Amino acid sequence: MSEPLEITEHSAESAVDAALQAIASAGDSAALKSVRTEHAGEKSTLARLNAELRNVPNDQKAALGKLVGGARGRVNQAFAAREAEIVEAEAAAQLEAEAVDVTALPSRYTPGARHPLSLLQDRVCDVFTGMGWEIAEGPEVESEWFNFDALNFDADHPARAMQDTFFVDPPEAHLVLRTHTSPVQIRSMLERELPLYVLAPGRVYRTDEFDATHLPVFMQFEGVAVDKGLTMAHLKGTLDHFVKAIFGDEAKIRLRPSFFPFTEPSAELDFWHPTFKGGARWIEWGGCGMMHPNVLKAAGIDPEVYTGFAFGMGIERGLMLRNDVQDMREMVEGDIRFSQQFGMVV
Amino acid sequence: MRVPLSWLAEYVELVPGTTPEDVHAALVKVGLEEEDVHTFELEGPIVVGEVLEFVEEPQSNGKTIRWCQVRVAPEGETAADGGDAVHGVVCGARNFFPGDKVVVTLPGAVLPGPFPIAARTTYGHVSDGMIASARELGLGDDHEGILRLSTLGIDAPVGTDAIALLGLDDAAVEINVTPDRGYAFSIRGVAREYAHATGARFRDPVEQVTATDAAADGFPVVIDDDAPIRGRAGSAVFATRIVRGVDPARPTPAWMVARLKLAGIRSLSLLVDITNYVMLEFGQPIHGYDLDALRGGIRVRRALPGEKLTTLDGKERTLHIEDLVVTDDRGPIGLGGVMGGGETEMGESTHNVLIEAANWDPVSIARTARRHKLPSEAAKRYERGVDPEIPPAAVSRVAQLMVDLAGGTADLGGSLISEVAAREAITLPRGFVSELIGVEYTDQEVHDALAEVGGIITATDDGFEVVPPSWRPDLTGKAELAEEVARLAGYHRIPSVLPVAPPGRGLTRSQRLRRRVADALASAGSTEVLAFPFATEHENATYSSADGGPVASVRLANALDAGAPLMRRSLLPGLIGAARRNLSRGLTDLSLFELGLVFLPEPGREYGSAELPVGNAKPSDDELDALQAGIPAQPRHVGVLLLGDAVAKQPGQPAVPAGIVDALDAVRQIALATGAEIEVVQGSHQALHPGRTAELRVAGRNVGYAGELLPALAAAADLPRVVAVVELDLDAVIELTEPGLEAHQIGTFPAATQDLSLVVGLEVPAAALADAVREGAGELLEDLRLVDDYRGPGVPEGSKSLTFALRFRAPDRTLTAAEASDAKLAGAALAAERAGAAIRE
Repeated sequence: MSEPLEITEHSAESAVDAALQAIASAGDSAALKSVRTEHAGEKSTLARLNAELRNVPNDQKAALGKLVGGARGRVNQAFAAREAEIVEAEAAAQLEAEAVDVTALPSRYTPGARHPLSLLQDRVCDVFTGMGWEIAEGPEVESEWFNFDALNFDADHPARAMQDTFFVDPPEAHLVLRTHTSPVQIRSMLERELPLYVLAPGRVYRTDEFDATHLPVFMQFEGVAVDKGLTMAHLKGTLDHFVKAIFGDEAKIRLRPSFFPFTEPSAELDFWHPTFKGGARWIEWGGCGMMHPNVLKAAGIDPEVYTGFAFGMGIERGLMLRNDVQDMREMVEGDIRFSQQFGMVV
Repeated sequence: MRVPLSWLAEYVELVPGTTPEDVHAALVKVGLEEEDVHTFELEGPIVVGEVLEFVEEPQSNGKTIRWCQVRVAPEGETAADGGDAVHGVVCGARNFFPGDKVVVTLPGAVLPGPFPIAARTTYGHVSDGMIASARELGLGDDHEGILRLSTLGIDAPVGTDAIALLGLDDAAVEINVTPDRGYAFSIRGVAREYAHATGARFRDPVEQVTATDAAADGFPVVIDDDAPIRGRAGSAVFATRIVRGVDPARPTPAWMVARLKLAGIRSLSLLVDITNYVMLEFGQPIHGYDLDALRGGIRVRRALPGEKLTTLDGKERTLHIEDLVVTDDRGPIGLGGVMGGGETEMGESTHNVLIEAANWDPVSIARTARRHKLPSEAAKRYERGVDPEIPPAAVSRVAQLMVDLAGGTADLGGSLISEVAAREAITLPRGFVSELIGVEYTDQEVHDALAEVGGIITATDDGFEVVPPSWRPDLTGKAELAEEVARLAGYHRIPSVLPVAPPGRGLTRSQRLRRRVADALASAGSTEVLAFPFATEHENATYSSADGGPVASVRLANALDAGAPLMRRSLLPGLIGAARRNLSRGLTDLSLFELGLVFLPEPGREYGSAELPVGNAKPSDDELDALQAGIPAQPRHVGVLLLGDAVAKQPGQPAVPAGIVDALDAVRQIALATGAEIEVVQGSHQALHPGRTAELRVAGRNVGYAGELLPALAAAADLPRVVAVVELDLDAVIELTEPGLEAHQIGTFPAATQDLSLVVGLEVPAAALADAVREGAGELLEDLRLVDDYRGPGVPEGSKSLTFALRFRAPDRTLTAAEASDAKLAGAALAAERAGAAIRE
């Protein structure tokens, strides 16, 4: 037990002085904490002075109480001020210590990518759904009836041999790998209500050699519209709108007479590619025409009442023309560098 | 089809100076697409020279050369190269004599190659040019010696420009002929099309010939087709003419050789060249027989079973009963409309010729040509359709050329059978063309266009009746007539009008979710690939059957790669192939995915249809159902493959190798993207690591697997030991997931969190324990997460301690600690009951 203290101006003042000095010299929150214990804790001089107030005569209580209270108040104020200073300094020091080189940080995320052909296919679908068209699909192993007969390919017509068809074994079962997305025309007409505005994207197969400009497996999209009063002008308008959406406002369509068994009249379609590397020019990109009356009949549609148009284009060629891909093999080899250069945007 | 311009110009006006590019530009407007331009690629000076004299000089290499003095310009004049009238030329050939006229390429000339000619020192002389062979000029394959003009029947003054003299200044345009336009495989047809495109005047070559009406019995011919295919007679027209006394040794004139060459046909002999020439000109295939080799008359019939014929190409062919044959008394002497036979062909000793021009059924010819793999020039034309009206003119044209060029005498003998049915008129209602094309054509325009293509038109009150011309078998209906009007008027006249479709519903749910799955996987670091869907037996057997049971595959009859003749049943082999290719290119950390169809026929089931419905009418519902039932299931799968590091080693970041953990994360991404609840249970699959396989279920049904490849399979594919894979039937995932989630209200009262450690046997799956705790704890338990799996001191052998972090919340009040503890203990109690779990203190 320490000596009893007498409450005097001097004793209070000297306790305050000692405390303020200690507070000022505390460098961090730990030091400040021990200073607090020593100068403001239960055993500190000021606490003991405060306790001594119990023993002073009543007539002095008010004056001495004010003296001790004032002393403690000044010390507490100093603590609070110093504490704020230290917290601020320590926070600043921590931030400084936490600084990193933002160019040398690890990444826990690996970039992935969609295949650009899929992205372009999605994009094409979006252009057509934007016009109110719907997207239809069909099987890739297909009956010859849907792939050929219903599309006005006579069993013995050279156009049928022209298609370089993969046949499923045994050939007498009349199953093929679809040579075009056109069987979806027939499926759509059989399944849906008229009028019909449908786009059918998907994989198709031809027995082509695999080289820089040919793939045995590739992607097409097929457009088909059946309505009353549709004309070849509507076909041209649709294609014009489409190429503008994909290749810019300056793009446009040119039709050239051609032959396909399932359209009459038929046309090759060229489009004006305004941003082609090496200069704007006409580029061939698929076939189209008014649906042959026999094709409408195959789906039970009266060609005297309805007319229709259809068109088909290759996605690979679209990607080559749009993004300057030189070698088609890059599209199917699965080298991640090919897709990753596109990321999620084509 | 290759069309020499000089030939074209005989039948349609070509403005002087018209280039091959001009002709292409005109023809493409009417639908004959540009392919190429062919020329002889010669540059002068190339002139007629006369060999004055030569000295033979044996050389040390064993060859003997001739040092020739050749006159290349008339005496006193300057040669075309600016040099002397007589040039000294070294020549290696020895097939000529002094006085022979030859072709001399003078310095400055260029031969095909390109091979520039210059004066050069050789064998001790300065050779001031070259004496050319037929092959060097691009005229033929003959390189036995130099070309002597006398062998072509040509004599021209010294110094004459040989390029023009031999027709080597001509050029041919090559066009792509669509399958409906058989008549464009002729100069006649292309000239007519050129007239359509340009308005130039057309002269029909057929009309330039006087088709003598040969006596029907001049040469005995019988057509006896007892088995027409699809009801169509095998041959409806058969015309013959006899030419006697031809000299088969006469040279083919240079102009004909040059035209044939440009058209892509090699000159063989005068008689054969003439038949080819007329085929190209008329589009009518011609066959010439050595009349003296024929035994008796000709009979056309279907081949007998097992009958054989050696065709012109020297191959013996066993005939099929559908093949049409031309026979004489000995049997087949030709495969009708496809290729002649060797025994009766025209040759070096032929003096009397029987010329045949017939019309054959396109279907029969197409089948025979395919069956015998003989896509001959004749078959190519017949299967697309040849004008049935022109055989008499064609035989006359051949006879005339044989008389003019081969010194023969046209016999009156010959014959003609012609049973061509008159074509029916097509009714073309007024306004039909305009309504289909979207251009207001006048009646006059419609009439004129159809008249120009050769139609015979009768105006009616409602429009026109149009009889199409004999050379246009493709014009079968009013839509075809509409195309003729549109293309002759020009497709450029068609305006651009955007049709307004009825409001659509956007992508279907399946299309939307599939797109979202692909985006989700790519966003999470995976790269999409598109592999060829062809597979080997081993791949389909290994990857598409979990338990090793038998699988059926779609097999291709004509696969590109005989080793991979099946359609894939699984996406994994394609992903493995892509991974292998990336690895071989030094890309060692991979996350790949693919969305695509797999082909899943059922074992023991027959697919396809033996008979197909007709094409131009809607099949019955039964027929459609049967077609549909004959097509094997082709669901869309999603596959993922990961190998190497999922997170690469970096400063302060150790590498995180990819494994089943990442495969299951991919499953979670797919679940999130589709809204599916995909249940993960311990599973087994013959291609996967027995201890690292998850079976994936939606609504209790298996939808796929995730795990690590069997190390042996990974090694066999040259992949590292750990390869994580996922394959899900995405169609099933979407189909089994009910759309339209019902939202829970989000509780806002304070949560109480507690941990629970349970000791259970090693065999108990964490998911089973979690289910028990969740169920036992009841509705107050908001979230449960497995945070630790401890095995070691303090836990009995054969057991593990699983720690779950639990979060409790009540919807209507602040939970007390006691309520939370009670719920926790209730969970533990159910876990104890179900799995023998004990609380670890």
